[in-house]
Amino acid sequence: MAATVDARGLSCPQPVIMTLDEIKKGKDQEIIILVDTDTSKENVTRAAESQGCQVNEVSPEGEGYRITIRKG
Amino acid sequence: MRVKNIFATRWGIIGVGAFIGILAPVLQKLGNPGNMGICVACFERDMAGALGLHRAAVVQYIRPEIIGFVLGSMIAAYIFQEFRPRVGSAPIVRFVLGAFAMIGALVFLGCPWRAVLRLAGGDGNAILGLLGLIFGIWIGTLFLKKGYNLGRTQATHTTVGWMLPLIMLGFLALMLIFPQVEGQEKSGELFYSLKGPGAMHAPLLLSLIVGLAIGFLAQRSRFCTMGAIRDTVLFGQIHLLTGFISLVVFAFLTNFVLGQFKAGFDGQPVAHTMHIWNFAGMTLAGLAFALAGGCPGRQLFLSGEGDGDAAVFVWGMIVGAGFAHNFGLASSPTGVGPHGIAAVIVGLLVCLFIGFTMRRKSA
Repeated sequence: MAATVDARGLSCPQPVIMTLDEIKKGKDQEIIILVDTDTSKENVTRAAESQGCQVNEVSPEGEGYRITIRKG
Repeated sequence: MRVKNIFATRWGIIGVGAFIGILAPVLQKLGNPGNMGICVACFERDMAGALGLHRAAVVQYIRPEIIGFVLGSMIAAYIFQEFRPRVGSAPIVRFVLGAFAMIGALVFLGCPWRAVLRLAGGDGNAILGLLGLIFGIWIGTLFLKKGYNLGRTQATHTTVGWMLPLIMLGFLALMLIFPQVEGQEKSGELFYSLKGPGAMHAPLLLSLIVGLAIGFLAQRSRFCTMGAIRDTVLFGQIHLLTGFISLVVFAFLTNFVLGQFKAGFDGQPVAHTMHIWNFAGMTLAGLAFALAGGCPGRQLFLSGEGDGDAAVFVWGMIVGAGFAHNFGLASSPTGVGPHGIAAVIVGLLVCLFIGFTMRRKSA
C-alpha cells in the first residue's frame, strides 16, 4: 500500500515539506506525490533523493506529474 | 516531448548565477547606477516613478530589464511546455506581502540581488542587509514548519497568465512612444529623471536583451535568492544557494576587472550607513519574500510562466514603491526616510499576523 501526497496547486516549498513529512512520519514504504509544476517535480525528486529515497517513477498525470518514491 | 533540464542541475544553477553575476556589473559599466547593475526592487520602484505613481524625481525610468525578465521567462516556459496559467492562492495576501517587501527593501535600498551586488562592489553596509535578509527568511521558515501556507492555486484561462507579460509589453510600447528626450523630465505621459539613479541607465536595447536572457535562464534554472537561503535553513538543501554564491563570486570578479570594486561603508553608491535599519529593512523584506514563496526576481519569472498570483505580488511591489516614496518611507543616501522606521514596524506586525493566522488545518 502506498501513501499519497497531493501537492497539486501548492507552491514551493509546500510540496517538499509535505513529502519530507511523509517520509519521516508515514508508515508506508512507497509514497506517491502528485505535483502540478516542473519546479515542484524537480524539488520533490531532489529532496527525496537527498533523504536516501529511491525515485522509482515520474509520469505525467493530468496537468502535472505523479512521482513514486520508495524509502531507503 | 520533454528533455532533461540541464539548468536545474548543480552546474546549471551555478552557471546561471555566474551569468547574472557577470552581466549585472557589465550593465553598470554600460550606464546603470552604482552597485545596481540589476536590482528588481529598485527597478520596479523606478518604473512606478516613470508612471507617476510616486513623484520622487531622481528615480523615474521604465526599466527594460524587468520587462525582459518577464518576457524571457515566458518564452522559455512556452518553448519547454511549462507555461501553466494558474491563480487563486491568496492573491490579496500576496499583494500586501509584495507592498511590504518593497517597503522593507527600500529602507535598505535594494532587493537580495542588489544586496549581493553591493557586497560584490565592496559596500560593507550590504552585510547588515544580508544578515537581516537571512534573519527574516529564518522567521519565515518557522512559520512554514508550523504549517503556514498560502493555499492552492487553480488552473485557469491562458489569458490570466498573459496579463503581466502583456502589461510589460505595454510598458515597452510606452517607452517607444514616449522616448526619453535630453534635458526633459517628461516625455508624453512618462516621467524621466534628469539626475540621480533614475537618470543612469544602460542603452534600452542592451538592457532588454540582457533582461530577456536572464529571464529565460532563470525560468529554466528556478533561480531564487530567497529560496537559496530558505532551503538551506529549512532542509539543508544547498542547490539554490550554490547559484546565489556563484552570483556573488562572479560579480566580485567582474567588478574587480572593470575597476568597480571600492571597499568601505561610507560614500557607497545609493546606500546609507544606518546599520540597524539596513538590517531591519531587509528582515521585513526577507520575511515577506519567504511568506510569499519567492524573491522579487523569482516572482517575475513565475509571472512569466503563467502564475497570476506572482503577478499580483509584483503589482504589490510596484504599488508599495508608490507608498514608500509618497509617504516618506524609503531611505536615501542620507539615511532612513521620516516614516521608514514606523513602516518597518508596521510591516513586521502585518507579516507576523499573516504568518500566525494562515495555517494548514489538517495535512
